[in-house]
Amino acid sequence: MGLILNIIISGLISGSVYALLAIGFSLIFGVARIVNIAHTAFYMVAAYCIYFATHKMGFHPIGGMVAAVVLVTLLGMICYKIFINPIREHEGAVLIATIALAMALQEIMVLKFTGTYLSVPSLVKGYLIILGVKVFYQQLLTFCMALLVMAVLLVLLMRTKLGLAIRSTAQDREMANLMGINEARVAMMTMGISVGLAAFTGAVVVPLTILEPHMWMGPLIMMMAVVILGGLGSIKGSFLGAYILGFAEALVVFLAPMGAFLKGSVALSIMILVLLIRPEGLFGVSFEEER
Amino acid sequence: MGLILFYVKKLFTVLKNEVLVLPSRVVVIIFFIFLLLLPLLTEDPYILRIFTLTSIFAILAASWDLLSGFTGQMNFGHALFFGVGAYGAALLNKHGGIPPWGSIPLGALGAVLSGLIIGIPCLRLRGTYLALTTLAFPIILMGIVFALPDLTGGELGISGIARLAVSRVNSYYIATVLMLGLCTIMWKITDSNTGIIFHAIREDELAVRSAGINTTRYKLLAFSLSGFFAGISGGLYAHFMRIAGPSTLEVSMSFTVVIWAIFGGIVTIYGPVGAVFVLFPLLEFLRFWQELRTLMFAVVVLLILLYMPDGLFRWLRDKTEKECPRCKIRNIATRETCRVCTAPLD
Repeated sequence: MGLILNIIISGLISGSVYALLAIGFSLIFGVARIVNIAHTAFYMVAAYCIYFATHKMGFHPIGGMVAAVVLVTLLGMICYKIFINPIREHEGAVLIATIALAMALQEIMVLKFTGTYLSVPSLVKGYLIILGVKVFYQQLLTFCMALLVMAVLLVLLMRTKLGLAIRSTAQDREMANLMGINEARVAMMTMGISVGLAAFTGAVVVPLTILEPHMWMGPLIMMMAVVILGGLGSIKGSFLGAYILGFAEALVVFLAPMGAFLKGSVALSIMILVLLIRPEGLFGVSFEEER
Repeated sequence: MGLILFYVKKLFTVLKNEVLVLPSRVVVIIFFIFLLLLPLLTEDPYILRIFTLTSIFAILAASWDLLSGFTGQMNFGHALFFGVGAYGAALLNKHGGIPPWGSIPLGALGAVLSGLIIGIPCLRLRGTYLALTTLAFPIILMGIVFALPDLTGGELGISGIARLAVSRVNSYYIATVLMLGLCTIMWKITDSNTGIIFHAIREDELAVRSAGINTTRYKLLAFSLSGFFAGISGGLYAHFMRIAGPSTLEVSMSFTVVIWAIFGGIVTIYGPVGAVFVLFPLLEFLRFWQELRTLMFAVVVLLILLYMPDGLFRWLRDKTEKECPRCKIRNIATRETCRVCTAPLD
């Protein structure tokens, strides 16, 4: 019984983290066709920001979180303006520009904080015992915050004018432009939202993990697997795919021998199996062919 | 005697009329001569080591271009072929006792097999889906490597493999000559009929299929050819470093290949090769600022891309050469008229 609960908790937490990351990644891909490899690098930077704000400057953790999200969002938008916007027409160039950006951010963090493992205290201390399993309040908080942010994002996308603009640009960029939507500005705003989501994920997850400059690699792979599994550009798909892969990982870690090594392999194999049956992912949106 | 004289004369004519007229061809000739004569200039083991590794990675970058540049099948998991080649060669050498000249091609055949295996699910995918899916394969294999530490050595990898050659100069020549040969073969492949079909698949797969060409077969061919060359480079790497570790399968390995190839300019073969010869020694040179090394590498890539989004070598070539509007033959940029058809160049 305890094992099952452990699996459920671990699956829900990693699922929510992947969902938040994947939705942000999917949004910017849908609107601007940018495969943003640096997406999880921003998540790493946000985590370090919180560490810096709370440990070095003595902020309250919540203040640190807010500062981190705002700063990283600004950083993301500036990077977009300087490095990605001028070469947006060249697909390959954008790809390696984002890889190089991620590497640069990683190296800056190594320089600033060295490569040692750091940790951040949790926002709320204490735990609750359900069926003999320790459930930290921080875990519950992370899960609830993730759901809350996803709800807010859904409202933003479905109920506001900006959301309408984002969705229509994602469907057909040229047509949206003809309808008077400033496509460049929408792309910029989406980049902000996307990086903001990554920063927020970093903020809620940092007390649960270890802080190190290479922490963006693991989530990057899983995030991409989620996005592909759910179908590029589909938020519902990303949401569902994230929990599928999150639970798959948790199951492998707790049940299989050598599980910690194989968790990535199994989750990615599931993705490939799904793709064999449905090449466009679970809820793939077919983009207009760019021939 | 007369025949030899005729060929010598022909060689000079070709050299004079075809090679010396274009700066890019002169550069290629100088590059070949420089690489072949380098050990005469210096015996410094450090420099030879850098150039050997550069040659090995140049094969890898060019093989990525053959698959992803030419057929447009964006492969983000090129480390898979490299890793399979390295592990295959290492296992065959260590447990099978096969010397390097046998284990490297056999390891490369293993990479071909892996290319076919990943090619089958990937054939139905396109564009970004394909790129992100291929990223998964080396990681899956890495999980398996970690899960079987008895066979693969787990995190430490397989060490104690036979040397590539007895001396450093010999290793250098093996790697360099193989690099020059294999890259020429790749360039010839892309110049042949098959290469034209690869081009066409990238531009418009549907049109190629409606022309009665089995695109599936050609895509699989591209996967296995690229896998073969990347596998050879992986085997060379394993035998040169005398270790095959999980670092050959890392995500950063796949990314680095993509950076090299796009930095030099894809769909050229010479672009990625040149890019490796610029970036890899640069990275070694930057070791004087050890902690700033990767950062500066990333910044150089970012800045160059801002001004030359098509890649460094394509940009250079476009600056030094012009294409004749009438006969499509390339001319040096300083000429007013085409060297073949005398049409005015704009």
